[in-house]
Amino acid sequence: MMLARRIIPCLDVDAGRVVKGIEFEGLRDMGNPADLAARYNCEGADELVMLDISATFEGRATFLETIRRVAEQLNIPLTAGGGIRTMEDGRAVLRAGADKVTVNTAAVKRPELLSELAQQFGAQAVVLSIDVKRKGNSWEPYTRGGRDATGMDATEWAAESVSRGAGEILLTSIDRDGTCSGFDCELTAKIASTVAVPVIASGGASTFEDFRAVFTDGRADAALAASIFHTATHSIGALKKFLAERGVPVRLSR
Amino acid sequence: MKIAIVDYGAGNLPSVERALAKLGADTERAVDPEQLWSAKAIVLPGVGHFGAFVEGLRERDLTSSLRAAFDLGKPILGICLGLQAMFAASEEAPGEPGLEFFPEEVRALPTDVKSPHIGWNRLRRMCKSKLLRGIPDDAYFYFAHSYAAPASAQFTVAACDHGFPFAAVIERDHLAAVQFHPEKSGETGAQVLRNFVESVQ
Repeated sequence: MMLARRIIPCLDVDAGRVVKGIEFEGLRDMGNPADLAARYNCEGADELVMLDISATFEGRATFLETIRRVAEQLNIPLTAGGGIRTMEDGRAVLRAGADKVTVNTAAVKRPELLSELAQQFGAQAVVLSIDVKRKGNSWEPYTRGGRDATGMDATEWAAESVSRGAGEILLTSIDRDGTCSGFDCELTAKIASTVAVPVIASGGASTFEDFRAVFTDGRADAALAASIFHTATHSIGALKKFLAERGVPVRLSR
Repeated sequence: MKIAIVDYGAGNLPSVERALAKLGADTERAVDPEQLWSAKAIVLPGVGHFGAFVEGLRERDLTSSLRAAFDLGKPILGICLGLQAMFAASEEAPGEPGLEFFPEEVRALPTDVKSPHIGWNRLRRMCKSKLLRGIPDDAYFYFAHSYAAPASAQFTVAACDHGFPFAAVIERDHLAAVQFHPEKSGETGAQVLRNFVESVQ
């Protein structure tokens, strides 16, 4: 028996709408979150991630309501986050209907937040998001949506976060994000072999082959993508069939 | 009569509630023992920490009521931590007694596998199961946990493997429990809940 590799569509939400950026800049409207969530739930997505990328206070205020509307459409797990600073922020997201909360910037500033969340909600509900840029032979985590360099090392940060209670790592290559040049398999394999929790690869997905590569060479437990699913370039069902035919264990819908 | 969903002050109650409502089940959130008495069946959902969970039950005076409901033969479905709470103890909270429906101890997943065990996995059927009726043998279920009861536990009807073989589905007369999250396991999970709801009609 073996865990299926997960396919996870991601909704980047700004003021109640799904948007998609290219290399963390420039946004395009991609539709209504609840509609997209319902479609993915039905197409065989294994989970859904929803990130609040609102730049304004008003945008943030609608996020919890968006989580509620999205959760109503799902019978698969939902991870939500973006701008989570405190334990109370985390609690609000989970109460609104998310199963897991993802944190990034606030955990870099105050790593104890991970332990606090894990103690309260369990490690399985805490996802550390790490956005990285390649720097020679290593990767540097960035915070605030890819704007601020941390001076840290991604591998060390991943290991520390797990020791503090992160139950999963959502690993995004900023270099690859929105470029359609494939996942950074070297990065994913490096982190996946370092930590004893599942790693979700993100950034750069374009072809079915990119997914196969990140599950084999990249040793990823799950792969996340946004634009290629939103635009219906690829259906999740067809992607899973492709993977199953090539020996990658996936959950095929009935 | 309603199906009572035990509300111990945390956890994934809304998603369980929503999943049951979609099946047409009449549910209510149970916060005190009275509601357990008047319910036709009880669902015990749970996520988080074993210690906080059993403490939450005790604070609300629900522990003894759940034990009494069990003794009287009221149908109970435990989900995830709700399954673990049915055992005598857990390595997650040494010294904290569980509901003691089963004598074994819940153990931590070993360190040689990724933990938490998060994601979709399949089951190994050990005997005929009421909860799994109509579900193909190769179906996947969504798991998210770091502790598990050993598959050797009595009344285990389906097991899963992650580090060690653990109990994924337990059935004993009117008592049923699943380590996975049926409310998060797509159509397959809905069928598990439907089987439970139909069995208590």
